[in-house]
Parts: sequence; C-alpha cells; structure tokens
Amino acid sequence: MADVGILAATKAAQHPIHTLLDGPRGAKPKKKLSRGNIIVYGTLFVFAMYYALPLYVMIVTSLKGMPEVRMGNIFAPPLEVTFQPWVKAWSEACTGINCDGLSRGFWNSVTILIPSVILSVAIASVNGYALSMWKFRGSEVFFTILMIGAFIPYQIMLYPIVILLREAGLYGSLTGLVLVHVAFGMPINTLLFRNYFSSIPEELFKAARVDGAGFWAIFFKIIMPMSLPIFVVALIIQVTGIWNDFLFGVTYISSPDAYPMTVQLNNIVNSVQGVKEYNVNMAATLLTGLVPLAIYFASGKLFVRGIAAGAVKG
Amino acid sequence: MTITQTRPGEGQGGAVRRPSRLFRNMSAKVAMLPLIFTAVVIFLGGTLWTVLYSFTGSGLLPRLEWVGLEQYERLWGTRKWIVSIQNLALFGFFSLIGTLVIGFILAALLDRKIRGEAVFRSIFLYPFALSFIVTGLVWQWILNPEFGLQSVVRELGWSTFTFDPLNNPSIVMYGLLIAGLWQGTGLIMCIMLAGLRGIDEDIWKAARVDGIGTVKTYVRIIIPMMRPVFVTALVLIAAGIVKLYDLVVAQTSGGPGISSEVPAKYVMNTMFGGQNLGQGFAASTMMLVMVVIILIPWAYLEFGGKKNG
Amino acid sequence: MKLSTKLLSATAICAAGSAGAVDLEVMHWWTSGGEAAAVTKFADAWTATGNTWVDGAIAGGGDTARPIMVSRIIGGDPPAAFQFNHGRQAEELIEAGLILDITDVAEAEGWADIVSPTSLMDSCTYDGRVFCVPVNIHSWQWMWLSNAAYETAGVPVPTNWAEFMETAPAIREAGIVPLAMGGQPWQQNGAFGVMALALAGEEAWRAVNVDKNSEIVMGPEYTAVFEAFGEARELSNGLSVQDWNQATAAVIEDTAAAQIMGDWAQGEFALAGEVAGTDYSCLPGLGDVALLDTGGDAFFFPVIDDPEVQAAQKELAALLLSPEVQVAFNSAKGSLPVRPDVDLTTVNECTQKGLDLLAAGATVPAGTQLLSPDTTTQANDLITEFWSTPAMTPAEAQERYAAIIADAD
Repeated sequence: MADVGILAATKAAQHPIHTLLDGPRGAKPKKKLSRGNIIVYGTLFVFAMYYALPLYVMIVTSLKGMPEVRMGNIFAPPLEVTFQPWVKAWSEACTGINCDGLSRGFWNSVTILIPSVILSVAIASVNGYALSMWKFRGSEVFFTILMIGAFIPYQIMLYPIVILLREAGLYGSLTGLVLVHVAFGMPINTLLFRNYFSSIPEELFKAARVDGAGFWAIFFKIIMPMSLPIFVVALIIQVTGIWNDFLFGVTYISSPDAYPMTVQLNNIVNSVQGVKEYNVNMAATLLTGLVPLAIYFASGKLFVRGIAAGAVKG
Repeated sequence: MTITQTRPGEGQGGAVRRPSRLFRNMSAKVAMLPLIFTAVVIFLGGTLWTVLYSFTGSGLLPRLEWVGLEQYERLWGTRKWIVSIQNLALFGFFSLIGTLVIGFILAALLDRKIRGEAVFRSIFLYPFALSFIVTGLVWQWILNPEFGLQSVVRELGWSTFTFDPLNNPSIVMYGLLIAGLWQGTGLIMCIMLAGLRGIDEDIWKAARVDGIGTVKTYVRIIIPMMRPVFVTALVLIAAGIVKLYDLVVAQTSGGPGISSEVPAKYVMNTMFGGQNLGQGFAASTMMLVMVVIILIPWAYLEFGGKKNG
Repeated sequence: MKLSTKLLSATAICAAGSAGAVDLEVMHWWTSGGEAAAVTKFADAWTATGNTWVDGAIAGGGDTARPIMVSRIIGGDPPAAFQFNHGRQAEELIEAGLILDITDVAEAEGWADIVSPTSLMDSCTYDGRVFCVPVNIHSWQWMWLSNAAYETAGVPVPTNWAEFMETAPAIREAGIVPLAMGGQPWQQNGAFGVMALALAGEEAWRAVNVDKNSEIVMGPEYTAVFEAFGEARELSNGLSVQDWNQATAAVIEDTAAAQIMGDWAQGEFALAGEVAGTDYSCLPGLGDVALLDTGGDAFFFPVIDDPEVQAAQKELAALLLSPEVQVAFNSAKGSLPVRPDVDLTTVNECTQKGLDLLAAGATVPAGTQLLSPDTTTQANDLITEFWSTPAMTPAEAQERYAAIIADAD
C-alpha cells in the first residue's frame, strides 16, 4: 500500500503545472447522510460548541444589566435585553478624565493598522519569495537569526527598541511604531511565506526564467496570484496582532491623543479598584474584536478566490 | 547544475554560485535589506544588549554595573523560576500536540467540501481575534465551580461531578491549556487549510484510483507533502508557548500561589514589578538559550547539510 | 476635545514670553470610578489656572504603567508629570538626574511644616533635595468586619486578633467564611505585613523592615506571626476569589466575616451603601497595635528642557498640595490628606479613627518606603506560595522569609 501511495505522489509531482490549484481539494463528497458525513459534521459541531461557548457567554453577558450579571448564572440568556453596556463601552466609559469610551481611540488604531499591515505583509512576502527562490550566500544565516526573534517575548525588547528609536529620531512618532510592528511581525510572516512558496513547483519558476522574467516580474505575475490563501493567513495574523497590540502602541507613541483603542480597552477592563462592570467589559472586548472579525469573514471569500485564481492559471 | 533535480526551497545554494546568477540576485539582496536590518540590528542587537545587561545589577534603569554571574545564581536558586520552567514544559508538550492535531483535523474536515465552511471557519478562528484581557475572565467564569461548567453538569443530575482546575494547584495548567487551545488552534487550522488548498487534486484522484482510504491518504501522502506547512505551524505554536504570558495573567495571575507561573511572567514580574532589570534579563537570556538549543539543530537540518551541494 | 487642545496650544505659542498657558501631560494609573473622579479634581484645578491637563491614564496598576513611563523617560520624550508610589521606586530615576528638583517649591510653600507625617516628605527627599509631591495617605493596617455575620453566628464582633480567632469556629459553624482573602500575591503579603506589625509589635517590625534584621525574623515574635498566619490560611478556605474587591464584596454580602485590607476597601462599603459602625466595623492595626502605615501616591516631574514647562511643572507641584485641592481630591478618592490642617468634607467613624491616629502621630512608614520593589516581589512570591500550599509549614516559610530579609538592600 505504501508503495502505491508514493507512486501516487510521484505521479502527481510530475505534472504540477497543469494541476496546481485547479479546483476543489479533499476527498469527493459522499452521498448525503452517509456514515462518513455524520462523523464529519458531528465532529465539527462538537468542536464548534467548544469554540462558541465563550462567545455565547460574552454576548449574553454584554446584554444583561449589572444586577442580572451579579445574580449568577453565566449561561442564562438575559431576562431583560439591554444595549446600554455596548453604548457605554463605545462612547461613555471613562479613561482617566476622558469619558468617551472606545470611540476615542478607534481612528488612531486604524491609522496605525493600515500602514503597518500593508508594509509588513509586503516586506514579509518578498522576504519569503527571496528566501525560497533566490537564495544567496548568507541568506539563511539572516533568516535563522530572524527566526530566533520570533521567540523573544516582546516585553524584553522594550528598552533596547526605545534606545534604537531614540537614536534614529523616531521615538514617539507613528513611523517608529509602524516600523516596530513590521519588525516584530517579520519572523513569523517571513517563515509563513517562505515555506508556502517553497512548496510551489519549481517548473513554474523555471519556465518564467526561460521567458526572461526577472525577480519582480515573477513575483507579481506568477507567485502572488497563486498564493492568495497564504496572503490571507498573513493578513489575519498581522491585522489581529497589530489591532490587539497594547504595549507597543502605548510605549512608542508619546501623545495620549494618538493612543490606540486597546489603551481604552485596557483602561475599561483593567481598572483595579471599584466595581467591575462585567457587561461593559464583554461589550468592549467584542467591539474591539469587530475589526479583526470583519477581516476574517471577508477573508473567507479570498480563500475561495485563491482557488479560483489557481484554476485560471491552470 | 543541480537546479533541475532539487526543489527551489531546498537546494539552490549550488546554483547561486554561477556568476550570471550573482548579478540577477542583486534584486533579491536589495529586497532582503529590511530583513537583514531587522535580523541583525533589532533581533541580534537587542539580544546581545539583553545578554550584556544580564551581567549587571540594573534595577529600574539599565546600568552597566557589573555583578558577574550573580543574577544567574539567584535565578536558579529561585523556586518560582524552577516552577515556571516545569509548567512551561508541561503546557508546551500538551499544547504543541493538541494544537497540531486539532488544527489539522479541523482543517481536513473543512477541506472536505462541507456546507457552511465559512461559518465553521469563522467560529474556529474568532477566538484569535479577541483580546485575552477579557477572554481570560470568560474562561475563569466557565471553569468556576460555583456558576460554571461544574454547576451545570451537577444540575443535570451528576451531583458528584467535580471540575475546578483553576483553584487546584496540581491541575491548574490544564485549565490554562483549555483556554490556550481554544485561542490558538484556529490560526493553525487556517494555515493547515491554506496548505491543503495547495495540495494537488491529482493526488486525491491517484489515491482513489489506487483504492487508498481517506485517512490513510492523509497520513501517508498528504501530511508528508505538507512538511513546510507543518514547520510553519510548529514554529508558530512553539513561539506562542515560549511567550505564554497574557493568558496566564488574565486567567490565573500565576496562582493559586505560584502554581501556574511561567518564564515570560517571571521575566515581566522581575523587570517591571520588582524593578530588577538585571534579573529579568538573566531569565530572558536563559529563555533564549533554550530557544537556540531547539532552533540550531532545526536550522542545521533545514539548511546546513546542503551548503556544499 | 482635540480641537480645543490644539486651540489652547496655539494660544500658548502666541502668548509665549508672558505667563502663557502650558500643556502638561500627566500619566497615572487612576482609572476606576472614584479614582478618576479624584484625578478630575486635579485636572479641574489645573485648568482653572489657564493651563491644559493632557490626561495619560493607563489602567492596570504600576506594573502596567511603570514600563511605559520609564520607556518615555529613556526615549527622551517624557510626560510632564507622572504618578508613582512614593518610597523607593523612583530612587534610580532621581540618581540618574532624570527628575526635576523641586526643592525651591517645597521651601517656598513650607512643605516641611505642613506635610504630616514627616516620613512622607522624607520619602520624596534624596540627598537633602525634594523630588516629589506626596498627594495622599493610604494605610494597610485595617481589618474590616461584617457585623451581620457575627450576629448570625451569635458571637460579639471581635475587637482584636485573639477574639477574632476565638470566634472563628462559631463563624464557621454558621456557614460563613471567617476570613476573606483574594488570590493575588500582594493581598496576601499585605495582610501578612499587617499581622506582623500587629502581632510582633512595633519594635520587632521595625527591626525587620527598617534594619533588615533577619535574626528577628527567626525570633519568637515573628514565630508567633507565622503561626497566626498559618491559622489564618485555614480560615480563608471556602472562598476562592482573585480580586481584592471580590473579597470585600464577600464581607459586604456577609458570606465572609472579615478581611484584612487597606483603607481603600472603605470605598467598596460606601458604594454598597453600608454604614460604618452599623453594617461593618473596622479595626486599625487589628485592634492590637493601633498604628497606621502611611503609604500613598506621589507625583514626580521628569526633567524637560524647556523653562516654560519647568515653570508650569513647579506651578502644578504647588497646586497639588494646596488646601482646596487636597480636600477635593482626597474626599473623592477616599484617602487621607497629607496636610492635617484641612478638613475632609465627609468623615465616617472609620475615617475618623484614621485621622485621630494620624493626629496622634501613631504612624510607621509604609512597606514601599522601606523595602525595595525587588524585595517586595520576592516576599510576595513566598507568601503566596505559603498561602496556597497547605503542606508548607509556617517554620519553612519563616526560614525562607529570613533569607529574603537577609538579602534585602
């Protein structure tokens, strides 16, 4: 049996160009309500329960008033639905003396997010491309050093980076913060792209070289269009990481007026004294999560498009 | 040369030496400048800075006041650090296996052309989007014996059911694991799914023609083909494990007592709570040493042997 | 908001040269309801002088805010003022010359005469120069008791630790947890500190905390403290909460009988509408040694190379200690003013006890003023390990505590 498997793999590897990404993957669907289907959907539902339970608790809690939250049962649906916690989280919760909720930092977060994500995904994808297809002497040494960077807890690098930014004259500026996000997103994303690109059949690359295409032409015309799913993954990682970042935003931006939204989230949730308004905390978390969540839903289409693009190429 | 026989990701080292390639590679080198800068100046520079200051008695501010190995002696004489390492090993082992297995299974199931793929994918992935500041609290609630899971199961009739991981020092790490897997597996599933989408349809056809069962096809053919994807996933999970901090702070604050402390938290507490940068740097240096011990063999396997090809 | 800030700063530029309005960014970690209300008193007073208060609030306490403040200072772009606990936390910043010397303000305003207890000014003084402004007094030395819980159990409300221990079994029988304690290390170590002062006495306590004498830790006074702390550990079984205010809530709801916690707990009782004396009782120094430790918060002013800002920083420093601001701020925050010559607007039975003790000079310095943060962290770790490890004996904890004190700087 094993021999047959290897044979199959070899057989397929011989015709990669024509067959790459040209259609649905996975086993063919069996007829409805077969045993296999029940197992597939059953497993998915069980896992979905585990993943959705906390979301359910958060939503339910965010729709209750505080007296009801204190009454106890976290799983019970609200007796009386109120949107007050959402309103409060968005526009009324106080951060020190400013009482305008999460809305205060929303646009700041967007301002930080967009350049950081675009730049970091762009650089990481080019890195991955160069590392997988245009290696040069020493490229792997740099890559290995970079990979060690993936394992360094951010907080350790806080002060050395402050010093670097100060010396570069970028401390406290948006540019400085964007560069920090790009640097810290680089290890994982470069690895992601490098490993994905290295599984692209080499014949494609060779054929393009024969046609006289250069570094950038191959990247933009061949590699990028067939790598949408991995771009989606990188986008998901970067949007989430940068949007939820608190430490860098608050440390490397020196004006409270430009702080990202997570500073308000932290302030709403982490106030150490006084009564904890759990319902507002839950609403604030869900509100903060909306941007990455929107990206996830939108990315579903890109996942599918990735297949379609491959199909056109094939 | 060898280029026709090797895959681009693995064996171009030999081809690079061709003079005609050298010039064309200039674009690649220029394109890699940001990476080189980040690797050398930020990560290597920052790491050396950290190691250097771990031999000092820096308190609130970094100061070059040498104390030799004093910080390391204190570190290894501290019970909290030892407990942290043990906890990380335990959490790391189960988290690594759990995330890989669940991530792959979910991706494989989603890849079977099921209805509602987008819905399922979003459900599995959404925890990744939410800040741990509050999700730690939600898991605290769910695992709370008085109004969480335990009380619900008891109400259903199983009155002796006991599940109180967060208040029991000997199993608190498993309580963290439940939340850790919840948050982390979605992304790994996505990476696996992207990898599966890159697998050739012909492989499936060939396997079916040869009468190989679905599970066997995954285990024998698909998984070996997805090696680079697994490497990515592995590094991502491992990096997350080493940096484990927010989850612990949000869910247990290292308690009960010190029973769920982890190294990254030890570093933060000594650096910023205890205002003892030197001690924090010594602990982070030890963390880095452990990472390097794991990464160097990997890097050697990945690139080392092929240099002279 | 932003627009007005910009307008104001534009005005500031126009008015430069004369005593113009200045934007001062102030970083602090006061973000909960009462705290934020208190900061607003500062901000209002500052705005009334024609300047602008740019609020940089970072919640999560000192551990979250401190690295950000220090980063800003290292990065060369510090806030104009920031909050620290006074005591030893800022020593290094002062040594490094990063903090503005405000001795001239202190002398002009006569702080040495008006601030009481004097240890507060001592904590702000380094080599004879003044570097910070103490703004309030918080004390750890309190035990809060639920009158209803003791009524339910049919025993009188204790007036000292021995009585508390005697009544504990009756409380247990009534299904009430005798002692509420949160899971965070600082709460447990704080309670330990209170018990040490109350049970070992001032002399032994000072020998340990001021002179760092580890032999006293091994002596009979502290042996009694560790044993009592071991007994207290058992009394807290049956209530698992993390935050201190959840533990306070248990006392408010009468599911727990008592809590050892600083005077900030009173804010929780007040919010729940409870009245001191009728609903709850308070024992300063556990009723045994009526001394208050005098910790609290202070403001520091980083050196900023701009004479106009420096002048404004000093103006703010003077303002924070002015009588009206002290009253307004401390009434909102629930802390005690640092100058005894002012009257708080609302004073209940417990606050009055505290004020009387202050007036009588029955005070000791706070842990933050005596022990370095490094030592405090080590003690936190040890005490929390002891608290949650039933197998760990008081003797073992005592030995390890002695080692920490011996190493303390």
